Amino acid sequence: MVLILLILVPLLSGVLSFAIGNNGAKTLAIISSMITLILSAWVSGANYSDVVSYSQEWIPRLGTRIDLLADGMSSMLCLLTGIVTLVVMLSNANKEVERPGAFYGHMLLAQAGLMGVFLSVDALLFYVFWELALIPVYFLCSQWGGEKRIPVTFKFFVYTFVGSLMLLAALIYISLQNPGMSSYSWAEIVRAGSSLPASQQQWLFWLVFIAFAIKMPIFPFHTWQPDTYEQSPTPVTIILSALMVKMGLFAVLRWLLPTLPLGVAYWGNTVIVLSVIGIVYASLLAMVQTDIKRLIAYSSIAHMGLMCAVAFNYSVVGMHGVMVQMFNHGINITGMWLIVSMIEDRWGTRDMSRLGGMAVTAPRMAVAFVLIAFANIALPLTNGFVGEFMLFNGLFYGDGTAPRIATMAIGGLGVILGAAYTLKMVQRTTWGNAVEMNNAKDLSINEYAGIAIIICVILYLGIYPRPLLDLTASVIAQ
Amino acid sequence: MKAIIATTICGIILMFTGVMVNNKKSVSTIAALLFAGLLGINVWDLVTTSVDDPGKNLFFNDMLRIDHFSTWFNTVMTGCTLIYVLLLGKEIRKVGAHVAEYFALIFFILCGLYLLSGYNNLLMMFIGIEILSIPQYILAGSDKRNLKSSEAALKYFLMGSFSTGIMLMGITLLYGAARSFELMNIAAMLSADGLNPMALAGIMFIMVALAFKVSAAPMHMWTPDVYDGAPTPFTAFMATVVKAAAFMAFLRLFQTSFSNLSGHWTLVLAIITAATLLIGNVTAVFQQSVKRMLAYSSIAQAGFMLFAVLAVNNFAWQGILIYAIAYSVATIGMFAVLMKLKDYTYDGFNGLAKKDPLLAFAASIFIFSLAGIPLTGGFIAKYYMLLAVAQQGQLMWLIIFALLMAAISVYYYFRVIIAMYFKQGTPELSSPVTGGDRFMLILTCALVILLGIAPQLFLNKV
Repeated sequence: MVLILLILVPLLSGVLSFAIGNNGAKTLAIISSMITLILSAWVSGANYSDVVSYSQEWIPRLGTRIDLLADGMSSMLCLLTGIVTLVVMLSNANKEVERPGAFYGHMLLAQAGLMGVFLSVDALLFYVFWELALIPVYFLCSQWGGEKRIPVTFKFFVYTFVGSLMLLAALIYISLQNPGMSSYSWAEIVRAGSSLPASQQQWLFWLVFIAFAIKMPIFPFHTWQPDTYEQSPTPVTIILSALMVKMGLFAVLRWLLPTLPLGVAYWGNTVIVLSVIGIVYASLLAMVQTDIKRLIAYSSIAHMGLMCAVAFNYSVVGMHGVMVQMFNHGINITGMWLIVSMIEDRWGTRDMSRLGGMAVTAPRMAVAFVLIAFANIALPLTNGFVGEFMLFNGLFYGDGTAPRIATMAIGGLGVILGAAYTLKMVQRTTWGNAVEMNNAKDLSINEYAGIAIIICVILYLGIYPRPLLDLTASVIAQ
Repeated sequence: MKAIIATTICGIILMFTGVMVNNKKSVSTIAALLFAGLLGINVWDLVTTSVDDPGKNLFFNDMLRIDHFSTWFNTVMTGCTLIYVLLLGKEIRKVGAHVAEYFALIFFILCGLYLLSGYNNLLMMFIGIEILSIPQYILAGSDKRNLKSSEAALKYFLMGSFSTGIMLMGITLLYGAARSFELMNIAAMLSADGLNPMALAGIMFIMVALAFKVSAAPMHMWTPDVYDGAPTPFTAFMATVVKAAAFMAFLRLFQTSFSNLSGHWTLVLAIITAATLLIGNVTAVFQQSVKRMLAYSSIAQAGFMLFAVLAVNNFAWQGILIYAIAYSVATIGMFAVLMKLKDYTYDGFNGLAKKDPLLAFAASIFIFSLAGIPLTGGFIAKYYMLLAVAQQGQLMWLIIFALLMAAISVYYYFRVIIAMYFKQGTPELSSPVTGGDRFMLILTCALVILLGIAPQLFLNKV
């Protein structure tokens, strides 16, 4: 029951937010995301003892049901969704957006879609939520985004929609292999898919993988991403990069790997190569960006590439690392975007060459920025370290046939480059000649609240990562 | 059976009403009441044909079969017509002076629809198609002083006559091969005789003629001109309910009589389907007028509906039903929004979301359904179609092609959304949106979403 509430609370409050219009939408959004966070925390907590699930008939003729299940991985991602949404709402609280009713309504609907994606264990239901999460984000980007928003978000939409349709084709094909065509449940789909002959799994693999790769995004399907991140308003960028991107990786772990094992075995190395190319390519591009928003967008491609490479290089510790890092990356990148948005508010630019001296003009913000940047480059005692350490272990000890040393070395290069461009960004914005702020202010109370949550999570999980590891351990055991 | 008689009587009543009542508004009120009554009679039919006893539901010397499926199809299509009349009644009144006759013609079209949903004999099919078509020729040309309207009517009439001729030729050939007009007998004879070139030629002729009626490529040339030239409210009707009826005829004939020979015609029809999808979607991309875009989109949607004919299984029947409702309701709704605007081009939609949020919201729900976004009826309908063909096996290429085309369709459908929500402008409304309009639009939206969430409500009788 609590699982259906996780979807219904944001869904209904989203619809309500449209209805009540401009007064109180902001308050409603904050209250709703608090309730959702509490619910998801409860689900994660309950997960240590047993798995929470919910099941109800939906369209009997098609054999599809409303089957929701929260194992370690899904409850972790729900928790991430809960935290990130609340942080976004809080840090946006002192800003005025145009037509807040619609804005917060779309945000909450997107949250409902995300929750649905993470929780569904019925393939058709999963597909419905997969699409449903996309539509509000499309509206958000195109209505509240930057100057070039319309063509850019349209490209984003068409890109991901094509991917979804390929997923749909694969889904239909796989479900038909089930004699009697009775069910879309996870178990049935996995059974039907994994019993297909290798030749069929090999082409089905691409239909499914491209759909997920576009979301992640993996090189060469990433071209929509930097533009979209740049043009979106920051709250939406956060939803996109901290949460929606995780949908792709989550879907790989939950659906692709178990359903098409032979296809994955055949194409796994190709994916690893693509991911590793993506790491280096995105890191190099990040080096030369002057717009900090684009820089972070490219760094996100590099991070996701590393996680994807490890996911396709079977190993217990690696899988564990991917799950942990999904959470950590979501937290860290949210922190980064928050700082970026604060910088943009205060200095009116995101161009590094026109920024500097934040340590003098806004010391608290500078401290937060440095901390989050450290987490992003995975320094010990931050949450990023734990995840990245496990990822590299996974790359090395994998059962896959990819050449270990080479992938390790190139992946490691990505980390070094990551440190280089992140530190360069910190240096150019925080130190150097002080540039006057438009409206001289350090962190405001609500910004404090948002940043404090992020930093607490970073430090807590950096020093004591056990809860997160335990939460996902049960999934690895399967 | 009662419904067929009732619809004819209603048509005649309305023709007399036209003579006695001069006020246009009261004529359309009477018509709306009659449509509601007709819906009631259909429901009555539905309740009384509770047993599917093969002997009991045949009429007119076994020429008409009124079973559960056909009565249910009639009921939902009459429901769609009622929605159409309630949404667009005001626009129909504006077309010309003879309002009562327009409504009477729509009743006659419904009579044709009822025959097509239940025919058991090729002659009945022919009669049904003619009853369906002839009122349309008149409706297309009802705006007499408009040259485009007259051109549409003439074009439609000439092309329609040709296709009728081709169909008659096909029926004749088929009769020569099967020695019967009755669907079941034809099926039995064709499978007993093995491959008969005359029968095959007959099937192909009939296929071409029916493909013309449902505007499948390459027999689609008339569609954009007729849909664009005809008065807009009648375009809305021709593109939806009438098209669904033609598909019903197509499906029934090919599933009942020709399914044994499906190996011989599946490939031809698959190519027609692919061509329809390609031409409909690609041409729609280049349109500047939303009305013309909807004409091409109706061709594209016809491509999807052809999937039902291709798939010889139970999913096809359910699929065509769901598709017919989802597509008709969404398209009628979209036309209702379109007709509220003065400018039918995409630019005419610019900034509609600011001017009238409800109108824009309704339009986006209809667009989502047409594009097949989940949680709307359009998604479930498309999914049913794909599933039906996938079960057939062998046609996986067509499914992937159709999905690619669906991706293209997003481009032209979403241009409307982009115009309404993301662009600036002050669209001019042709008439004020009244409370009744708003209520009907919300109801129609609710129906589209209900179809997407709980399609089984509409399939219980199938």
